[in-house]
Amino acid sequence: MRIFFFVVALLISYTSVQAQDMTALVTKVKAKLDQVNDYEADGNMKTDVSFIKAPIGKVKVYFKKPNKFRLKKEGGISLLPKGGVSVNMSTIITTSDFVALAAGEAVIDGFKTKIVKLLPTNEASEIVITTLYIDEPNLLVRKAITTTKENGTYEMQMSYGAFANFGLPQKVVFSFNTKDYKLPKGITLEFDDNEKPLSEAQKLKNKKGRVEITYSNYVVNKGIADSFFK
Amino acid sequence: MWTLIQIELYKIFRRPRTYIAFIAVAALITIIQFGLKVDGKSYADFLMKDIGGTMEIDGNIINGYLICYIMLQLLLVHVPLLVALIAADMISGEANMGTLRLLISKPFSRTELLLAKFFASTVYTLLLLVWLAILALFLSMWIFGTGDMFLMKSSYVVLLSENDVFWRYAGAFVFAALAMVTVAALGFFLSIFAENSIGPIVATMSVIVFFTILSTLNIPIFNALKPYLFTTHMISWKEFFDIQVNDANEAIVGSIQNPQKIVNSALVLIVHIIGFVGGSIWIFNKKDVLS
Repeated sequence: MRIFFFVVALLISYTSVQAQDMTALVTKVKAKLDQVNDYEADGNMKTDVSFIKAPIGKVKVYFKKPNKFRLKKEGGISLLPKGGVSVNMSTIITTSDFVALAAGEAVIDGFKTKIVKLLPTNEASEIVITTLYIDEPNLLVRKAITTTKENGTYEMQMSYGAFANFGLPQKVVFSFNTKDYKLPKGITLEFDDNEKPLSEAQKLKNKKGRVEITYSNYVVNKGIADSFFK
Repeated sequence: MWTLIQIELYKIFRRPRTYIAFIAVAALITIIQFGLKVDGKSYADFLMKDIGGTMEIDGNIINGYLICYIMLQLLLVHVPLLVALIAADMISGEANMGTLRLLISKPFSRTELLLAKFFASTVYTLLLLVWLAILALFLSMWIFGTGDMFLMKSSYVVLLSENDVFWRYAGAFVFAALAMVTVAALGFFLSIFAENSIGPIVATMSVIVFFTILSTLNIPIFNALKPYLFTTHMISWKEFFDIQVNDANEAIVGSIQNPQKIVNSALVLIVHIIGFVGGSIWIFNKKDVLS
């Protein structure tokens, strides 16, 4: 019996150590991201939403610590998922007001990652839960799934290139839920009824949207004025 | 023939009534532009209400290109009346004034006379469209600037890049001109049968209203008729503002979703023009002019 209790105590302390390890891991990733005070980058943005026909657009992306983010299409119109794209890794990853729990491992894009669940301790937080897939050897977040109160769940998958040492991705794919879009034909003055009824598979596909941004020409820590983000 | 055309053009533009259409178009367009300049944001918010739940839209939506599209949607339903005012008066007006018999006694054929009159009414129609284009497109571009064009269809939205819009407007205005010339041809045809302008003008508008209702009602019994009604095809100018997407759902810049529909509609309108003008010539050549 004493041996049994000793083994149980050892297991509990081991799992406690695991939880602390997750906070330490998240802290290390955050520290890597904190090297970047600000950046601007060129991007190609592709919108893949069933009810939107949009060409690939050239955009400029700006970020300033701690959470200022701006995506701009010069002289044009950009379509972004509500509440999603403005969030980047630096704002998602925080070790204050969150509890970081281990949730296993997974392979993302051929990289072994540790799954970390970030739960907010603040009841009023907009974020309900964030799941991070962290590439521990490189201290990079390969994937993040965030559930919010107002804007549903969205997923970000990152791939890295020349700026991996700053934790800045080369490509980000945002996946998010979409609502049905419909305008009365009386408003749009469309009177030909060429619409074919959708299959169930197509209806399910239409519920998801994706925005892909491929970044290039990062300019890091050159200084961006706060007024730029107003 | 050219002299005849010049005379008919002189007769059209000598009358004050001709300029009613130009003034009406200018008044309508400037009022809409004023309203959108003052309160365009509220209108944009109204348009974006449905899509705003999923997407955030950043950029200048209320720009000259979108405003021109909105005005074309509104005005191209009403411009036919302004076209009919002149076209439906071409023969019946002469009969009303008692100058028709005098005209056909001149040393040119009835066919030449009718073609000259129809050509003159076509020039009037085209000038009206040019006026519409200058005010609706160029003036809007000057007041509101340009940018990407964000269009909301009933079941999807289309985002056209700024450099992919202007040629579409050129095509749309050419098509709209064809549609309005069809209305002019109908008015011209009805003008043969009357000795008073009011009758053909009202008849032209009544036909357009009647056919438009048939074209827009989604009742199966009428669906067989729709392809043959010119009003069904008059709104095909909007096809210039739809774009194809590839397998990855990327819009293909410079493409049109359904170019064949534009071609088919243009052919139907041309057939109607030939039919109305040909019918006018044939009937007028056989008609005993007593006025």
